[in-house]
Amino acid sequence: MKDEVRVPIASDADLVPARAHARTLAERLGFSRTDATLIATAISEVARNIVVHAGRGEIIMTPLYENDRYGLLVVARDAGPGIRDVEAAIGHGFTAKGGLGLGLPGARRLVDEFSIDTEVRRGTTVTMKKWRFRDELERLREERRRRE
Amino acid sequence: MAVAILRQGNYLVASIRSDLTDSEVLALRDDLAEQVGSYETRGVIIDVAALDVIDSFVARSLRSIAMTAKLRGAETVIVGIQPDVAVAMVHFHLNLEPLRATLDLDEALALLDRLTQGGAEDEG
Repeated sequence: MKDEVRVPIASDADLVPARAHARTLAERLGFSRTDATLIATAISEVARNIVVHAGRGEIIMTPLYENDRYGLLVVARDAGPGIRDVEAAIGHGFTAKGGLGLGLPGARRLVDEFSIDTEVRRGTTVTMKKWRFRDELERLREERRRRE
Repeated sequence: MAVAILRQGNYLVASIRSDLTDSEVLALRDDLAEQVGSYETRGVIIDVAALDVIDSFVARSLRSIAMTAKLRGAETVIVGIQPDVAVAMVHFHLNLEPLRATLDLDEALALLDRLTQGGAEDEG
């Protein structure tokens, strides 16, 4: 898919480029500075989750273009141990492995859509979406640009 | 270097220059804990204006720096949290006590002066 950005995650140092790519992509999609920060923060959390629980994995960021909204799809995938109790992992106060469990519930509150697909000993995939609504004016301007 | 730690009288000023890896955040915590002891520091200022993202790990690390410094006899003030970073931090519902924050260095120095003088009066 075009415009897709893949960031391999293998150590905590990989969180820095993951955050930077997230911000660049979000700003290119027209997200506000605040929303770009929320997205970069959510990505930082799911990337750290990979480092802490699975050791390695990847983050795939894909722009979504719809007529009345633009979005960013983030998929964080690992082949780690999986999450035994998803409800507990995304509920507040979960403190697995050194108390890093706050990350997932935090990430969930930072985005518009959030889901976890996990299987014990197979791995975990976290999918997040953040949307930005486009108004009539923006759509008309773009249409005009295309015609010119 | 990602963080510069400078001495200003009885205070230490840690100035973060760029986005930090988790290891660099932990190294900062350890450096500050050590230096607070060696210089009889009464206050620590951490300038985070260069951080575009403060996630739950960094937020909790800042808190643990403040708690560590307190056990070593120093107060901690965080300076320069960006407005959008503040918005993001609220989503984590973290208890950040005993962290204190100011917008700029002048305010941080004034706050530390008040806090450390107050402490001296309590003792006297």
